[in-house]
Amino acid sequence: MLITCSAKKKESCHGMQQRLAWPLRMNRAVGNGRRLSDVIFRAFTFLLVLVVIGVILGVVWVLVSGSLPTIQTFGWSFLTNQAFDPVHNSFGVAPAIFGTLVTSIFAIIFAIPIGVGVAIFLVDFCPRVLRAPLAFLAELLAAVPSVVYGLWGFLVLAPWLQQVGEPWLAQHLGFIPLFQGTPHGLGLLAAGMILVLMILPLIISISREVMLAVPRSQCEAMLALGATRWEVIRYAVLPFSRVGIIGGGILALGRALGETMAVTMVIGNQASLPTPHLFDTGYTLSSVIANQFGEATPGLFISALLEAGLLVFIITLIANILAQLLISRVERHGRVRGLAV
Amino acid sequence: MSNVVHPFQPPQSAHNIGRRASNMLVILFTLAATLFAVLVLLYLLFYVLRQGIQYINPGFFINLPTPNGEPGGGMAEAVQGSFILVGLAALFGVPLGLFTGIYLAEFGRGVFAKGVRFLVAVLTGIPTIIFGLFAWVYIVVPQQSFSGLAGGVALGIIMIPIVASTSESVLRLVPQDLREASLALGATESRTILRVVLPAARNGIITGIVLAMARVAGETAPLLMTAFGTPFFNTDVTQPMDALPLRIFVFTESPYQAQINQAYAGAMVLILLILITSFAVRWATGGFKQR
Repeated sequence: MLITCSAKKKESCHGMQQRLAWPLRMNRAVGNGRRLSDVIFRAFTFLLVLVVIGVILGVVWVLVSGSLPTIQTFGWSFLTNQAFDPVHNSFGVAPAIFGTLVTSIFAIIFAIPIGVGVAIFLVDFCPRVLRAPLAFLAELLAAVPSVVYGLWGFLVLAPWLQQVGEPWLAQHLGFIPLFQGTPHGLGLLAAGMILVLMILPLIISISREVMLAVPRSQCEAMLALGATRWEVIRYAVLPFSRVGIIGGGILALGRALGETMAVTMVIGNQASLPTPHLFDTGYTLSSVIANQFGEATPGLFISALLEAGLLVFIITLIANILAQLLISRVERHGRVRGLAV
Repeated sequence: MSNVVHPFQPPQSAHNIGRRASNMLVILFTLAATLFAVLVLLYLLFYVLRQGIQYINPGFFINLPTPNGEPGGGMAEAVQGSFILVGLAALFGVPLGLFTGIYLAEFGRGVFAKGVRFLVAVLTGIPTIIFGLFAWVYIVVPQQSFSGLAGGVALGIIMIPIVASTSESVLRLVPQDLREASLALGATESRTILRVVLPAARNGIITGIVLAMARVAGETAPLLMTAFGTPFFNTDVTQPMDALPLRIFVFTESPYQAQINQAYAGAMVLILLILITSFAVRWATGGFKQR
């Protein structure tokens, strides 16, 4: 879903004429100071904004205070401990961190070239008739809920991987450690592949928006100099939109790092030691929470899950802040409409 | 600027075979990438829809899930629960999101507004399961029971940043002249916003709200620890409540084929519900203008 997000731009469009500052204080001439209704309205609006900020602070507080028991008990070893063992009250998330990173990096490595390729095609090569339907399709797929991706991954992709995909990879690329081991179907590879599909629409729509912001005159000037269309992309479009594409990539990485349902359904959720085999089952930080929270008992168990939540929160927060900063840099140059929700 | 050499140097000859070949290769690559993406994603969508059509019947909307392994049954309680949960979510999320949008567009100045805007943008990317944890700690734990209310609150929080950012950008598109005209006629600031600016932005705001509702209707993760799910009809928001995505999740991993078929049917209903609402509202409010 694309959402118009051209904050501020409209204002600066009016910059030529002298404009009165909004909100105007016209009422001064009529009454004494501001009208009571205005004060109440402003106070009410501000109050609701404070509630929103309070909710966000509340989320942070829940995660920090909830994970204090495990932080005090395990300290940093929580990050390196390999067992997530409620029976012996020994908790560590090393395999979860490993699973999160492997699946997300896998997704990014494949989704960025494909996504940027699609965006280039949509912006530069695509016949005009197909442009709108394809962009529309990318939006449509971004709206499909993750549980549907999970369902397809669990019932279609995983069995196919187990019977066809993984044996084929093991046979032809088996000399690489990545493609060794028993084909389970469910596992890191399946999770990574589902993530590729899930973040593709996001990368496509952001890259496309950023590329559309490249000044038309730059491209036309290069074409007039005799450049081929690839040279126009290489020397005019990509340098201009690089920052925005990287921003979109980081946003997509954040989405992949935090994706819960689809990954939970296809990653197998088996505790395994970090191995360099993509066929192995594993779990991610958010799939641990989704999978175990129902059975969690108060005390260290809940606390460990909340600390996993805190880690996901911090990781995705960093990714999102970076992405916002990069994308807003492009916004200042050209007009980037649309930030996928 | 004069001594800066542009990385692209105009070619000596326009008919260089190497340049043409690389141009062709890139076009082919982008074409292949597009075909791959479109085909795989369409295959996924149509596979689920085709399976769903096969197993959908009127009973799906009337009956409760049958016990394990028995054929028949439906997801009536999940459909009902989803509507209640999304309604609750809108109850929490829409006022907070809308007024945050109004604040950012009409009053927000300086560092504080920038901070709020940034916070709202960042909030969109936080995994939704985190908000489930929030609702669990503040509602499920004190109440000592999973509840629809907790689910609604968690979904409502997810709606806030979506509603806020759409409302803000739509409000900013309202011409400044309208505000000035209203004020010049003697209307107060609050009256101007409520009676002039908001009606002018109504279509965009409604689009944003409906898109946000469509988005949370498909959320599963935050409901796992809040609404929890139940195989029975429930309209009491203080008790566990079922939702369509939750039921799909449970049935997908079921060992019984009858339940897997129900999951396909549920997924189809969910996809159609989300796509139809989000595109109907865009069509109705004229949001399909292609740039």
